[in-house]
Amino acid sequence: MLTKEQIAQRIAQELQDGYYVNLGIGIPTLVANYVPTGINVILQSENGLLGMGPFPTESEIDADLINAGKQTVTILSGSVFFDSATSFAMIRSGRVDLTVLGAMEVNDKGDIANWKIPGKMVKGMGGAMDLVASAQNIIVAMQHTNRSGASKLLSKLTLPVTGLGCVKKIVTNLCVIDVTSRGFELKELAPGISINDVQNATEGNLIVDGEIPKIKF
Amino acid sequence: MNKVVKNADDAIQGIQDGMTIMLGGFGLCGIPENSISSIVKAGIKELTCISNNAGVDDFGIGLMLQSKLVKKMISSYVGENAEFERQLLSGELEVELLPQGTLAERCRAAGAGIPAFFTPAGFGTEIAEGKESREFEGKQFIMEKAFDSDFAIVKAWKGDTDGNLIYKATARNFNPMMAMAGKITIAEVEELVRPGELDPNFIHTPSIFVDRIFEGTDYEKRIEQRTIRQN
Repeated sequence: MLTKEQIAQRIAQELQDGYYVNLGIGIPTLVANYVPTGINVILQSENGLLGMGPFPTESEIDADLINAGKQTVTILSGSVFFDSATSFAMIRSGRVDLTVLGAMEVNDKGDIANWKIPGKMVKGMGGAMDLVASAQNIIVAMQHTNRSGASKLLSKLTLPVTGLGCVKKIVTNLCVIDVTSRGFELKELAPGISINDVQNATEGNLIVDGEIPKIKF
Repeated sequence: MNKVVKNADDAIQGIQDGMTIMLGGFGLCGIPENSISSIVKAGIKELTCISNNAGVDDFGIGLMLQSKLVKKMISSYVGENAEFERQLLSGELEVELLPQGTLAERCRAAGAGIPAFFTPAGFGTEIAEGKESREFEGKQFIMEKAFDSDFAIVKAWKGDTDGNLIYKATARNFNPMMAMAGKITIAEVEELVRPGELDPNFIHTPSIFVDRIFEGTDYEKRIEQRTIRQN
């Protein structure tokens, strides 16, 4: 089973040199800690920053410099600020190479739900709907099941959809899955996890072809 | 032509009960603190507020919610606000949630003389209900309309007395589009200078979009998520 940090670490293996990357709140944010050496990626924060640096030290804190999670951040050499319309122009026009975000549910067609639980508090979609509608390459980072143990990888979403047919890859605490026209294709297993464990935790159509390798770090 | 007003109390003259106002900012970053205080003091109510977020309980638009001045919020994300949640669940407050890029573009369209546009964001979701959808080159889009607002209130870092504005860092966010979108645009700035003191190469909002400007005071610039790295 993978920890949150290991989920982020596995996703970081998907990064390529020169990628512009948008990381969502939660596990996705941790991906920035595992960028492979020799690879340079540029983080886009949709509130208007390209080239996001690490969190500041106490003396570097600037209230006017935050990320999309409202956390204080820093800039790097070559960073640039812009307005929200320009930010989403980058996103909608497909210039962001990789988007990593969390999800409440994903179905085997790649539809994602992550913005609302009817009857409970609605916090809103923020930039998620724009991101999933336009990004070519979306990886979901999440736990395989919810707190009550129910699968989050479904044949049919139960929650309001955020975007259709957009998720390409899912990295959970149990495995790595590619979402293809056939469904959830199991690609890699977490240490100590069997195909059976994944099958039991997956309500949607799981496809297992041949030998499934272990996730490598 | 004099755009300079003395303070926020003077700047918000003409904002009336029931109007629609835009407020710049992302979270608590780059919000028009002085003008919000004056609206709360003046008790202008039944407002429809277009702003990416709704502040926190005791700061930003949260102060307007506390005083029950807001009838409707149009935002993309409204977490981190218990009073907001209470008013929403009790039916005192209406909320319209929009994708963040759509919110930004509806402001931009309003300021650019474009009545509507097509975006892929929200297609196939409940956001698309009641909206026209259309296919372009094999992909589905929904039509979104420009916002119609009576006033836009923005916060800039520096401004000159003609109304040219420069924003600082990520406090820029929605401010430039909203500055363009208001029937009347109010700008509050940290530093008000004479024309010619700002480099024309680095002005973000040209003066033509700004109707009233003043130098604000006592900016608190509260930080929502103070996150530091350990050395």
